[in-house]
Amino acid sequence: MSRLLVRGGRVIDPSQGLDGRRDLLLEDGRVARLEAAIDARDGDRVIDAAGRVVTPGLIDIHVHLREPGQEAKETVASGAAAAVAGGFTAVACMANTSPVNDSRLVTELVLGAARAAGLARVHPVGAISMGLEGEQLAPFGQLVAAGCVAVSDDGRPVMSAELMRRALEFARHFRIPVVQHAQDLDLSGEGVMHEGVASACCGLPGIPGAAEDVMVARDLILTEDSGGRYHVAHISTARALGLVREAKARGLNVTCEVTPHHLLLDDRAVTASGFDANFKMQPPLRGESDVAALVAGLVDGTVDAIASDHAPHTRDEKALEFQAAPFGIVGLETALPLCLDRLVAAGILPLARLVELMSTGPARVLGLPGGTLAIGAPADVTVIDLERELDVVAARFRSKARNTPFEGWKLRGCAVATIVGGRLVYERD
Amino acid sequence: MNLVAKATILDAAETARVLRRMAGEIVEAQRGVEGLIIVGIRSRGVPMAEAICTEIERLEGKRPPMGTLDITLYRDDLSLIAPKPVVRESHLPEDIEGKVLVLCDDVLYTGRTARAALDALVDFGRPRAIRLAVLVDRGWRELPIHADFVGRKVPTRANEVIKVSFEAIDGETSVQILERQAEG
Amino acid sequence: MTEPAWTRKDLLGIGELSVAEIELILNTAESFAEVAERPVKKVPTLRGKTVVNLFFEPSTRTRVSFEIAAQRLSADVVNFTSAGSSQVKGETLADTAKNIASMAPDFVVVRHAHAGVPAMLARQLECGVVNAGDGAHEHPTQALLDATTIRLHKGRIAGLTVAMVGDIMHSRVVRSNILLLTRLGARVRVAGPRTMVPRGIETLGVEVHHELEPALAGADVVMMLRLQLERQSRTLLPSLSEYSRLFGLDAERMRLAKPDAIVLHPGPMNRGVEITSEVADGSQSVILEQVGQGVAVRMAALYLLAGTREARS
Repeated sequence: MSRLLVRGGRVIDPSQGLDGRRDLLLEDGRVARLEAAIDARDGDRVIDAAGRVVTPGLIDIHVHLREPGQEAKETVASGAAAAVAGGFTAVACMANTSPVNDSRLVTELVLGAARAAGLARVHPVGAISMGLEGEQLAPFGQLVAAGCVAVSDDGRPVMSAELMRRALEFARHFRIPVVQHAQDLDLSGEGVMHEGVASACCGLPGIPGAAEDVMVARDLILTEDSGGRYHVAHISTARALGLVREAKARGLNVTCEVTPHHLLLDDRAVTASGFDANFKMQPPLRGESDVAALVAGLVDGTVDAIASDHAPHTRDEKALEFQAAPFGIVGLETALPLCLDRLVAAGILPLARLVELMSTGPARVLGLPGGTLAIGAPADVTVIDLERELDVVAARFRSKARNTPFEGWKLRGCAVATIVGGRLVYERD
Repeated sequence: MNLVAKATILDAAETARVLRRMAGEIVEAQRGVEGLIIVGIRSRGVPMAEAICTEIERLEGKRPPMGTLDITLYRDDLSLIAPKPVVRESHLPEDIEGKVLVLCDDVLYTGRTARAALDALVDFGRPRAIRLAVLVDRGWRELPIHADFVGRKVPTRANEVIKVSFEAIDGETSVQILERQAEG
Repeated sequence: MTEPAWTRKDLLGIGELSVAEIELILNTAESFAEVAERPVKKVPTLRGKTVVNLFFEPSTRTRVSFEIAAQRLSADVVNFTSAGSSQVKGETLADTAKNIASMAPDFVVVRHAHAGVPAMLARQLECGVVNAGDGAHEHPTQALLDATTIRLHKGRIAGLTVAMVGDIMHSRVVRSNILLLTRLGARVRVAGPRTMVPRGIETLGVEVHHELEPALAGADVVMMLRLQLERQSRTLLPSLSEYSRLFGLDAERMRLAKPDAIVLHPGPMNRGVEITSEVADGSQSVILEQVGQGVAVRMAALYLLAGTREARS
């Protein structure tokens, strides 16, 4: 039987409160032993992790893989390759494909492509409404049976309060969270960047923070009334985060995620870039005080997960003028290095907390099997070198897309080996 | 590039004498002040034109009208704009139709400045004649242009520069010959 | 005598210009104003050069002004007007840029509904790019012509109190003017309805008013903005008469400004909405002079950019 021994690393497993030197034995796709010293047997594959950090496989619960329908931007296979190169052993992919993932057929197609790729685990997220049209509920039961782990109309907010209420109620039958792209479309209007000092000075139409805040406030009331399970995707404002904090304190079943770009960039970056469409995403890069509040939310536990909102677009689409270009940036291959360098090495966030936010936390949000190195858990492991230097060069991405605002950044720390189901699927040379 | 002073050709008193002589030649050739307009090409043709007007007034008892011409917009080499981009207004004192214009410039060299000035003047009207007066003619013409009134002919080498100074602009009046030397 | 050198290939916005550069353009424009008074209103400076007017948004006035400016410098002018954005035609801006480049123009004058388009083109084109208005971002030549008009009447910019009134949020004219006037030492006030004044604009160093009267009090210069009727959604403004009642400039309100105050308007005016005919055609109005200054400013811009271009080649 296949055995893989990860030896000599500093194992950080937030699910067990563990941070120490351990050997880790993976056998038949499961974690078999986690001990101070494990001897290798003949035929064992051994990974020397001395001087490295060994964590439960990282999980990105918010990516867009674009298949089916927009394979010029990304495919399940290219997205999965980008995921493992970024240290992720599992991703959850959103339903805004073409056709929309509102049926078993699309879910199965995505899972089939993921199996064929044989890299990261891919967990589809089904649609809340048929065709993301915000009118009729999608068949949650059929979707969950086919393999969906949550529902979301991400990319399009659920504007109807009635539909959101029913989604929260109906999703309880399947114990899945309803994931909301929280944005009031009337308030965001024609906006393309955060409404604040930077937009006032450069004249681009703004998206007020209130567009997110009122949506989160409304949904929290509906969550309370329905007893449902609610997750805020890519939360970006101080006030929305404050609302989530209060709701958690009141015992509501609420979680939220934040993206690396909302933690590291603010709206001034848009003007500084000279209106580069690689700085255009939804929600937009917010104000300085929002960024500070999000970082505080990581530290104090309000934020449950860091997710990339990996949103690939073609070079031609992003070459359009800022106001005409599509929203979204890629993130799978930069998320971990950015957080290691700018949050952990910068002394803002303890390493163990980052690991929690990128493995145990996201697994808990979506109820996924990974996020732990407990005996018997799936053998999904990420090996990180904190000293390894990395220049962000989009041309070298495994993703098909190049739309990153971090081009040219020099970062320290990245994944050097990614193991999925006991198989080494990525090794940085 | 270094410019090293080699010799003074004219000092202030000598310059004044040369200009006085040129003024005399101008009124002699035109038979008086009537119909005459003195036009200084910016920058150092302007104080030169003023001096000539003053000398003519002394000789004839009547000051001819004076104009100024900025020929920047008529140059055939736009690369000269960047280092010295300021354009100044051109001003002619009266209608030039049927008049005799005497263009004043400090140094006649390639002839390109005079060519540009002729183009510029044509846009202001149709004078009866245009004459050219220069304080120094240093040779090296690139166009078929010659001066009607010359203060001093100075044969020069290609690496030499004629530097004309006027008190109104430079604080002192003189004509010097400088030599360009390669950086040591 | 050291003159400030001009080293820019493009004129994209006031935001990137130093005080010395702004003053160089203004001084050059003043000299060019003289060309308009000559019997032959044309100089050969840009003979053999090609200016492409690339207008993705209709604007007869600005386009004609650039056209006259280019022709007075003896350049050849080609007008390319396209109603929609490039995206409407399914052509990316990069394609448009490549197309223009293959025609080997010396200058592209660009007007576009989206902020940043001139900057994008400038990055891709070897020729000089002049911003003739991009979205609500900048309209540098308009601010420069406003400044030359003000200097002509007041002899200076520094120390003047300038009131700008109207739709501050959607106005590129306001943004360029704020940047220019504050940089040259004027005291700038903006006034408009709360729905049309973006929060945060005060960080540009202006006083913000939501009533017309205090904004006008003691002003040396009053700049009325065009209310862009087509742009107003119903939620920004209940009606034109409501706007006019609060922010319309009439002779009585004009008396709040200094007795020798001047009135500017970038045009075209909505008479009876933001300004009454009595004020627009009155003795304090310099609105038509602005148009004449526009040609001189645009000549100055093309002339200075031509120098950079020639020096580089």
